[in-house]
Amino acid sequence: MPVEPDVADAVVWLRGAGFGYGDRPVLTDVDLTIRSGEIVAIVGPNGSGKSTLMKGVLGLNERVAGTVTLFGVDSSEFHDRARLGYVPQRHTLSASVRATAEEIVATGRLARIGWLGRLRATDRQIVAKSLDVVGLADRAATEVSTLSGGQQRRVLIARALAGEPDVLIMDEPTAGVDAANQHVLADVLARLVERDVTMVIVTHELGALERLLTRIVVVDGGRIRFDGTPEEYATARDHVHHDHDSHHHDLELDAHPSLAHGPLDVTHPERSRP
Amino acid sequence: MMDLLTVDFMQRALVAALLVGTVAPMVGIFLVQRRLSLIGDGMGHVALAGVAIGLVTGAAPVLTALVAALVAAVVIELLRTRGRTNGDVALAVIFYGGIAGGVVIISKSPDGTPANLMKYLFGSILTTQRTDLYVFAGLALLVAVTTWALRPRLFAVANDEEYARAVGIPVLPLNIVLAVLTATTVVVAMRVVGLLLISALMIVPNAASQLVARSFSSGLRWAIAFGLVSSVGGVALSYPLNTPSGGTIVLLAVGLFVVTAVVTGVMARVGGRRHDVAETHEHEHGLDCGHPAVPHGDHVDYVHDGHLHAAHEGHYDEHGVHHHDDGAHAGISSTTTPTTGTRP
Repeated sequence: MPVEPDVADAVVWLRGAGFGYGDRPVLTDVDLTIRSGEIVAIVGPNGSGKSTLMKGVLGLNERVAGTVTLFGVDSSEFHDRARLGYVPQRHTLSASVRATAEEIVATGRLARIGWLGRLRATDRQIVAKSLDVVGLADRAATEVSTLSGGQQRRVLIARALAGEPDVLIMDEPTAGVDAANQHVLADVLARLVERDVTMVIVTHELGALERLLTRIVVVDGGRIRFDGTPEEYATARDHVHHDHDSHHHDLELDAHPSLAHGPLDVTHPERSRP
Repeated sequence: MMDLLTVDFMQRALVAALLVGTVAPMVGIFLVQRRLSLIGDGMGHVALAGVAIGLVTGAAPVLTALVAALVAAVVIELLRTRGRTNGDVALAVIFYGGIAGGVVIISKSPDGTPANLMKYLFGSILTTQRTDLYVFAGLALLVAVTTWALRPRLFAVANDEEYARAVGIPVLPLNIVLAVLTATTVVVAMRVVGLLLISALMIVPNAASQLVARSFSSGLRWAIAFGLVSSVGGVALSYPLNTPSGGTIVLLAVGLFVVTAVVTGVMARVGGRRHDVAETHEHEHGLDCGHPAVPHGDHVDYVHDGHLHAAHEGHYDEHGVHHHDDGAHAGISSTTTPTTGTRP
């Protein structure tokens, strides 16, 4: 593996990477570098490959080509997975047996303690603090299935925070969350931004999160189509036709090679909050 | 009751019931959590083949049953991970192959009487030997200690397998450990409740406990309590009633479940009427919502247009009108707005 100078200090470093399941690559030729302190949105319509990209970084699917380096270590030799704070997309939490928010968040701490280690007082404090950061300190003992969708999403963020990760990787944090709770969620993420948490947010709509971002990566048709700052993104967006609905379209990639359609058309007139 | 305790075989039966009543619900809660409630039933089927092999070859049936159940446990877990297609069909083949093989092989053994078959299928605790009891006690202790030590990790994996994998918790080894614990529990409980009823003692106490529990740890405690009452009560009742111990235990567990369901249902109905939910809320109370926080007993209320709002589950409860001196109240009125409020 050729060692480039920027590999070592990058959180995530991909070169020519391809990911998929079995032999079929869903995503190919990905070059992407994410550095500490960045707030990156990975956007794209459903089926674009953005979730595949995220799961590839997390080691949840197969890398079929290229190089993946996490914190300067090749992903096949990377074992300190607790450094990646994963916030999956879940519509329900633990519907099969009852569990409290605190019990769920405590599972995020397990990756940091040994095979038979128990949670010590300091671990419990970190769990409590994580719940506090997402504004759920008063719901620690509440059974999670009785919480609202937005609150459950924040429980999952707290679970990731309990592992004291170096990067938060979030899958559709705002999907299925009503407008009021989206703003609470955006406030929680803003609080994390203030604490210099590096974030990768996979989403099909920027919505309330747009104000937080330092960078936007557009994935469509299994490739990266755009990578730049929100300002560059806004400029690029103005140059394309607004003739597509952003979701549920077939992948028509021929006519417009790069900034063709899809997520670039997502506009949010209400996005600047008072 | 005293005279019941003095009977030698009854003492052994009650000790076995204590062991099984504790261990089975402990393992069972993770099976319920993983939505694998019927897997213990299948392992019981395969264990019967093991018993049959023991009876034919003259080896200890407990040992051969344990080996058969353990092999089945590992194969099942690997099939579930690898087999993308028709995993449950593969399980059905294993389970029914096990019980059919068991029945056929037992018929060829010198002890292959229907009575002997029934003993294993439905339990016959009163015929348990002292040496068997030592083996059961050792295995039960092993299962209890392992389950307790690995409890947080088993919970994490059963709760969210994908997340556990992403953060580096060893998912497959833990799932195999759970399968092995299940198989061992099946064998420990085989003489008490029988191979066809063993799954009931793992699952039914948990079904009841989920009706009353409000957390995973309390769910586990309630399940063990229900399991102990069913198993010890069932054994104690089976003697004077002259009924099979396994069936009596499971009927008692089902009875406990029904009673718990009725009681919690009635209580929820009564409690629901007394429960005053606040108007639909556009925002969430917190440090920076602008609504003054007021300590109220064991929790904090937020003053919202003169009403006290307390967080309850996914909504807010009305905790009455806020009584305060006028100055403070005026201050609140000027900073708070109707629920469609200042936040966008």
